[in-house]
Amino acid sequence: MLTILFDGVAYGMLLFVLAVGLCITLGLMNFINLAHGAFAMAGGYLTVVMMNRMGISFYWCLPAAFLFSAVLGVVLERVLYRRLYDKTHLDQVLFSIGLIFMAMAAVDYAMGASPQIVKLPPSLSGRVEILGAQVGIYHLFVIVICGLLTIGLQFVIAKTRFGSRLRASVDDGRVARGLGVNVTGIFALTFAVGSGLAGLGGALGAPILSMDPSFPLKYMIFFLIVISIGGTTTITGPFFASILLGVADVGGKYFVPEIGGFIIYTIMVAVLIFRPQGLFTRSAAR
Amino acid sequence: MIFKSILAGAVGLAAGLQFTAPAISQETVKVGLIATLTGPQAASGRQKVAGARLYMQLNGNMVAGKKIELIIKDDTGVADVTRRHAQELIVNDKVAAIAGFSLTPLALAVAPVITQSKTPAIIMTAGTSVITERSPYFVRVSFTLPQQSVPIAEWVANNGAKTAVSLVSDYGPGIDAQNAFKMRFEEKGGKVLEQLKAPLANPEFSPFLQRAKDLKPDALFLFVPAPTAGTLMKQVIDRGLTEANIRVIGTGDITDDDQLNGIGDSVLGLITSHFYSAAHGSAMNQKFVAEFKKANPGMRPNFIAVGGWDGMHAFYEAVKKTNGDTDGTKLVDAMKGATWESPRGMMTIDPQTRDVIQDVYIRKVEKRDGELYNIEFDVVKQVKDPMHK
Repeated sequence: MLTILFDGVAYGMLLFVLAVGLCITLGLMNFINLAHGAFAMAGGYLTVVMMNRMGISFYWCLPAAFLFSAVLGVVLERVLYRRLYDKTHLDQVLFSIGLIFMAMAAVDYAMGASPQIVKLPPSLSGRVEILGAQVGIYHLFVIVICGLLTIGLQFVIAKTRFGSRLRASVDDGRVARGLGVNVTGIFALTFAVGSGLAGLGGALGAPILSMDPSFPLKYMIFFLIVISIGGTTTITGPFFASILLGVADVGGKYFVPEIGGFIIYTIMVAVLIFRPQGLFTRSAAR
Repeated sequence: MIFKSILAGAVGLAAGLQFTAPAISQETVKVGLIATLTGPQAASGRQKVAGARLYMQLNGNMVAGKKIELIIKDDTGVADVTRRHAQELIVNDKVAAIAGFSLTPLALAVAPVITQSKTPAIIMTAGTSVITERSPYFVRVSFTLPQQSVPIAEWVANNGAKTAVSLVSDYGPGIDAQNAFKMRFEEKGGKVLEQLKAPLANPEFSPFLQRAKDLKPDALFLFVPAPTAGTLMKQVIDRGLTEANIRVIGTGDITDDDQLNGIGDSVLGLITSHFYSAAHGSAMNQKFVAEFKKANPGMRPNFIAVGGWDGMHAFYEAVKKTNGDTDGTKLVDAMKGATWESPRGMMTIDPQTRDVIQDVYIRKVEKRDGELYNIEFDVVKQVKDPMHK
C-alpha cells in the first residue's frame, strides 16, 4: 500500500520535472512549445550514450543532461523560437510539432528505433524498507532530487531579483524594457533553464520510462494533462497536479487494473468540466 | 480530330499492352513486404527485412524461370497505412503476394483486401490465432501465442507451481496468451489468481508488477511484444519479484535475442518457451546466424528475422510448385501442407488452417562466450495452435 503511494509520488515528481519547463515557457512566456519533450529526449539519449557507450557514471550524466539540453535550448531559442514569440498560437503549435517530428527522425537515424535501456549503478538499484514498505532506492533518489528542484525553483521565481524581473518581463515586456530590464536575455535564460530541466527529467526518467524515438509524442500528452490540471501561473500548481496524476495513475492500475489506464484521463475531464482554469489556479490570476 | 486521337491512343495502348504485359508477367514476380520500419515497433521491421533479404541473397532471385523482386514498404505500425500499402501493391505494382505484418491489427486490416483480390498474404510475425480465419488467403510462418503459451504452462505446472498470475499487453496476442496459459495451467490442477493486462502504448509496468508481487503466486507468466520486453524485464528485476520466490516465466518474446544482451545479467536463468533461439544447435541455424551477422554487422537474428526468412521460403517453394503460375489461389494451395527445415527446426503449414505447426522449445537464459542466449533444454514436438477448431 505504502509502496504504491511511494511509486506514485516518484512517478509524479518525475512528470513534474519533465513538464515544469513547459509550464515556464507557456505560463511565463506565453509560448506554446509542444516540442518540449524533444529536449527531455535529448537528455535521456545523452545519458544512454554516456553510460552505455562511454561508461561514464550515472551521477555525471544528470548535470551533463541538464547542460546539454539547456545549451540546445538556447541555440534553438536564438535561432528559431525567438521569431515565433509574436506569432499566433497556431503558428507556434505547428512549428513545435514540426520540431518533434524532426527530432524523432533524427534520433531514429542516429540511435535506432528500439528502446534504449539504462542500467542503474549498484548504489541506486535495489530496495530498502521504510515504515514496513519495500521502496526502490532509485524512486527515493528521484523524489529527493525533484523535491529539491521544486523548492529551488519556487524560491528563485518568488524571492529573487531575477524572479521579479522575469515576472515583470512577462506581465508587460515593453514597460519592463523601458525600466532597463534585459527582456530578451531573461527569456533566453528562462528558456534554457526550462529545456535543461526537461533534459534532466529525461535523464532521471531514462532508467524508469523507456527511451525510444517516440518519447516526445508519447509524453506530450502527460505534460499537457499536468498543465491543464495544474494551470501555468504558478510552480506549485503543476507540482501538485503531477503528484496527483502520478499517484492516481499508479494507484488506479494497482487497485483496479481493468480500467487503470483511463483514470488520469477521467481526472482531466472532470477537472476541465468543473475548473476549466486549472485545479490549482487562483481564478483571478492575470 | 478528338475522335482520331482517342482512337490512336487506344490503338497505341492496346499494342503496348500486347507487347509489354506478357513480357512483364513472364519476367518478374513481385512480392510486397509490408514491414514496420519506423515507430516503436521499428526494431521488428528491420529484423524482418534483413531475414527476407538474406534468404534472397543466399538462394538467388530466380525461381521457375522467373525473377523475384521484393518491394519493401513501411507501415509505421499503423493499420490504415498497412491497408493502403496493401491496396497500392496489389493494384499498382501487381504483386503476386504480400508479406510482413508485425502486429495483429496490421494483419487484420488487410484481410478484406486480400480476400477480394485473391492475393496470398504471408504472415511473418503477428501472432493472434484468429488472423488466419479472417481470410482464406492468409498463410502464417511465424507462430501463434497460444502455441507458445501452452508448453510453458505445462512445464511450470509439472515443476511444482500451484498458483500463477499472468501479466500481458492488452491487445489480441496478449489476450490469446493469457487465455491459453490459464486453460492449460488449470487443466494441470493449478490456479490462475489473476489475469493482469497493461496498456500497450504506455510501458509503465510498476503498479501491475507490484500487484502481481502482493498476490504471492508461485509463478508469474509474462507476454509483451518483443520491443517492449527490455523495459518490462528491467522493472521485473528492479521490483525484486525473483527474490520474492516468484518464478518468472513467459513466451520467448520477453527474452528476445535482439535485446537480451541489453537487459543484462539479471535475467540469467529465466525460463521461457518459444519456437526460435539464435542458439538453436542445428547446422542450418548456425549457418543462418553466421550469414545474418555477416550481412548485418552488430545485429543478432531473432524470431522475426526467421519469420522473414521462412516467409520468403514459403513463397519460393509455392512458385516452384505452381511452375511459375502466380494465380493467388494456386499459390495458397501450393503452400498448404508444405514442410521444410527452417533455422528454427522442422515446420509445416497446416493444410486445414494455413497456420504453422512447429516445435516449441523450453529454454533458459545462459551465458555463452560472454553473451546471453536462450539455451534450449526441452522441446514439445510439432505443436498445433490449440485455439483453432
